Amino acid sequence: MRSQPVEAQAGQTIVIKGRAVVKGRAYGEALVTRETISGWGGINEREGTVIERRHELVGQSFAGKVLLFPGAKGSSGWSAFFHMTRLNGVSPAAMLFTRMTTKMALGAVVTRVPSMTDFEQDPFEHISTGDWVEVDADAGEVRITKSRQTD
Amino acid sequence: MQLTDYEKAMLDGVNGRAKAAAMDLLVRYGKAVGAERLVETNNVAGAFNASSPSVRHIVDKGFDAVYSELNLDSDEVVEIPHMAVNTWQLITGIDNDNWKLQGADESLVQSQRDSEAYLGDKGVNMCATCTPYQVGNVPIKGEHCAWMESSAVIYCNSVLGARTNVEGKESTGAAALTGRIPYWGYHLPENRFGTHLIEVDIAVDDMMDWGLLGYFVGEQVEENKPVLNNIMHHPNMVKLKHFGAAAASSGGVELYHIPGITAEANSLAEAFGHGKPVETLHYGRKEREQMYQKLQSATDRKVDFIMLGCPHNSIEQMALIAELLRGKRIHHDTELWVHTPRAIKQVAERNGYLRAIEAAGGVVMSDTCPAISRRMPKGVRVIATDSAKQAHYLPAIANVQGWFGSVSDCVNAAISGQWQGRV
Repeated sequence: MRSQPVEAQAGQTIVIKGRAVVKGRAYGEALVTRETISGWGGINEREGTVIERRHELVGQSFAGKVLLFPGAKGSSGWSAFFHMTRLNGVSPAAMLFTRMTTKMALGAVVTRVPSMTDFEQDPFEHISTGDWVEVDADAGEVRITKSRQTD
Repeated sequence: MQLTDYEKAMLDGVNGRAKAAAMDLLVRYGKAVGAERLVETNNVAGAFNASSPSVRHIVDKGFDAVYSELNLDSDEVVEIPHMAVNTWQLITGIDNDNWKLQGADESLVQSQRDSEAYLGDKGVNMCATCTPYQVGNVPIKGEHCAWMESSAVIYCNSVLGARTNVEGKESTGAAALTGRIPYWGYHLPENRFGTHLIEVDIAVDDMMDWGLLGYFVGEQVEENKPVLNNIMHHPNMVKLKHFGAAAASSGGVELYHIPGITAEANSLAEAFGHGKPVETLHYGRKEREQMYQKLQSATDRKVDFIMLGCPHNSIEQMALIAELLRGKRIHHDTELWVHTPRAIKQVAERNGYLRAIEAAGGVVMSDTCPAISRRMPKGVRVIATDSAKQAHYLPAIANVQGWFGSVSDCVNAAISGQWQGRV
């Protein structure tokens, strides 16, 4: 992955390419964290929120958001907990991640939301919380509309 | 993904709708990780039991519906046949005997019993422990497995040299019905070499020390593959069980090597596949102290609850606790729960260990643990445990203060009601 300085303007659109893990198209507001997320013990599967006490997203909802994070950590119950967020109607709209593991892959598959990884550019350089993100996993593209100027 | 004729037939429904749903999930999952094919497995350890309040509404539709949704990710309720290969239930939510002490609702206990009868009939072996390797499921070197439970996976890969990724509820459910799992990650020999060299500069001998070393290693290497060098005392099953559980909690370690001790490496060169470590780290007095401090999340010395047996205790651990408690009585404000697989509990009973622990006021629990069940005695504010894994998870899950120490520190706290271990 190559990283480059970003001088994006509000309203500007950026497209980055990657590999589909789960196909489909979805859009929503971005929720971004550089910290891995725990399933079992890390999220509330009824509310779609992060509950891990030392996590930077603690208390925040990922329901209906395009969640950008490095990947999964912790217990093998990861997939089961994200599976339950789908059954409870509070799953993310799409998942973008950078570290592939069996927990992450299975979790994305059973959450059944468009999911992508193996990006040609570092998504953390281009996507900030609050940006509008369209995930087209069928075409292998993520289209980002910046909500404000990034520093 | 390349499928064999037999696998294609299963996917097409030739062997029934349940196997078709299982193959569908395995293909979606295999493509997601980028696997080229599936591999045969005859050893599956998963989570099948319906014992948590959150799945109650699915239980109402019957156990085929539970398996279809939660173990196969299938929208259609399919009739579940007998398991195709050897399949084991891991740790579960309720102790079938001590459920009242856990504060479990009677209808939920009945649901777990019904679930176990259904699963038992289909050939799921009810070992009901996080340590299947202690009660008869001991994979041999090179055996392809499909296991959940991070502390069991790291033991299976490292100590035994069998091959498994950290699987989930759905992939183990599908593997049990098809005898297949994606050929990816730790199933491939080339992915099993070490990445990080850990120079152990101090003597690591007792169980607590192995837990501290594991906690350090996991925190440092995250999901990488550590190789321990200069181990001065030969460990045993109990010590490596604790080491692995700690390393899988603070990081995501699924495989490590100790040359001359674990299954796949006789030498450092073999452990690294004749390549070089990407990083060398040192574990000494300072690092040990940092880990000890990190695992203490308590300030209040008055202890309400002592949790022993994470991962589930072996028979010699039960013997030690019985010995420490013999002729003693635990403090009236303190509760002590000791966790061990049901099969080992039976041996402990035969040996008189169970009587010694109960006579002192302790409880021997099986089938579950407080982190999995999220159940503890009422009103607990401060806990003490001999497990780095439990000290890592329980304070966060249950919002309590936690002390971490040796088995005797914990038993002393149970007797006096006060944490007298080092702070």
